[in-house]
Amino acid sequence: MNGNRTQPLIQVKNLGKNFGDMKVLKRINVDIHQGDVVFVVGPSGSGKSTFLRCLNLLEEPTEGTITFEGTDITNPKTDIDKHRQKMGMVFQQFNLFPHMTIMKNLTIAPIKLQGKKPEEARRTAMGLLKRVGLADRADAYPSQLSGGQKQRIAIVRALCMKPDVMLFDEPTSALDPEMVGEVLEVMRELAREKMTMVVVTHEMGFAKEVATRVMFMDDGYFMEENNPADFFGHPQNERLKSFLSKVLS
Amino acid sequence: MWESLKARFIANFLYKNQWKYIADGLGITLKVTLFAGLLGVAIGFLVAMVRSTHDKTGKLRILNWVCNLYLTIIRGTPVVVQLLIIYFVVFGSVKIDKVLVAIMAFGINSGAYVAEIFRSGIMSIDPGQFEAGRSLGFNYSQTMWYIIMPQALKNVLPALCNEFIALLKETSVGGYIALQDLTKGGDIIRSLTYDAFMPLMAVALIYLTLVVIFTELVKLLERRLRRSER
Repeated sequence: MNGNRTQPLIQVKNLGKNFGDMKVLKRINVDIHQGDVVFVVGPSGSGKSTFLRCLNLLEEPTEGTITFEGTDITNPKTDIDKHRQKMGMVFQQFNLFPHMTIMKNLTIAPIKLQGKKPEEARRTAMGLLKRVGLADRADAYPSQLSGGQKQRIAIVRALCMKPDVMLFDEPTSALDPEMVGEVLEVMRELAREKMTMVVVTHEMGFAKEVATRVMFMDDGYFMEENNPADFFGHPQNERLKSFLSKVLS
Repeated sequence: MWESLKARFIANFLYKNQWKYIADGLGITLKVTLFAGLLGVAIGFLVAMVRSTHDKTGKLRILNWVCNLYLTIIRGTPVVVQLLIIYFVVFGSVKIDKVLVAIMAFGINSGAYVAEIFRSGIMSIDPGQFEAGRSLGFNYSQTMWYIIMPQALKNVLPALCNEFIALLKETSVGGYIALQDLTKGGDIIRSLTYDAFMPLMAVALIYLTLVVIFTELVKLLERRLRRSER
């Protein structure tokens, strides 16, 4: 079921998104392959988050198609809920469910949607909790955790569904500076395990270190794309040069 | 003074077991309030689901229009008039239990207010909660049921209880269709004894006691719910 080099895991064709009269995304074409760690950077309001949210149809594209694992998910007949189970998403604001314990946060979707037995789901969740160092917080409520802990839990919640791709929407932007590191560490680990990832972020240093591809978005489309070394070392596009000079100084 | 009060008490309540008017009336009032409350919550829940689904997704346009019409009419007319219309117009030509009519009238009326309470509760939940549910693969109704509703319900519990208290007191207009509820029971005693003070004070005290007990129960419940977090 996983795409290979010839068939991308996610294929975006002519993707456009309008909010009213405003064109936020302008006919974007991207292929994301199995094992890619794609970082999307660019100024605020450039459409990065909208692009990411279109990938799992949290935003409905105005035009174009998105093919995920060979299925056109923009087709209204496609059961998007089934495909979303394979696309984990991590939000800037964590969005943990405040009325459930951490364990319930992690197991409700596998139990209700994938028919997992509660013990089995709990075992999987516990294994992942241990890996992010939060096994002792399984019975806590989200409000009892720090921002960094919440975001690590949010990542684990997505991983409990055993997704084929992880989408990160500015995962560290709402965190206090001293908590950014612990979240990036979890993401670094994921990248090392060849998880396919699409990351919208302002963490340039992290992009440089972990990405396999970096894409610069401005004004609703991708202006430049490259491997991290050349992207940051030899930017071509003038807009990218000026953007990098501002954020890297 | 004390002797005369005692005499009036006896004349109003103990003479010919007249206290039974109040006791029986209390039974009717509780019955009507309870079932009208349940009906109101059921109607309110359905209407709120339709309205908030329409607000969130733009679907269910016709149903939403029907719900809006219902809200406008019910909230735009007095409950007494609604009660009279249901009794004398809708069921004018059939013999029907007044208690049942009262339950329907007060339930339909309360449903409109409960609907708006539920809807405001649903809309008050951070959209991120909804997106998180959908991104995990929950469909619209699963997201509502597992993620939005439990949080919304907790937020609206105080408002919901206010509505229930209002409903309890509102049923006192049941006398308009000669429903023998608590208020009517006191009024019957007044018409028998020509003493207004005793029976009406008794009625007022009973309402007050019911409301106070109910309010305390709600406080207990709220404290319990809050303990799970924050």
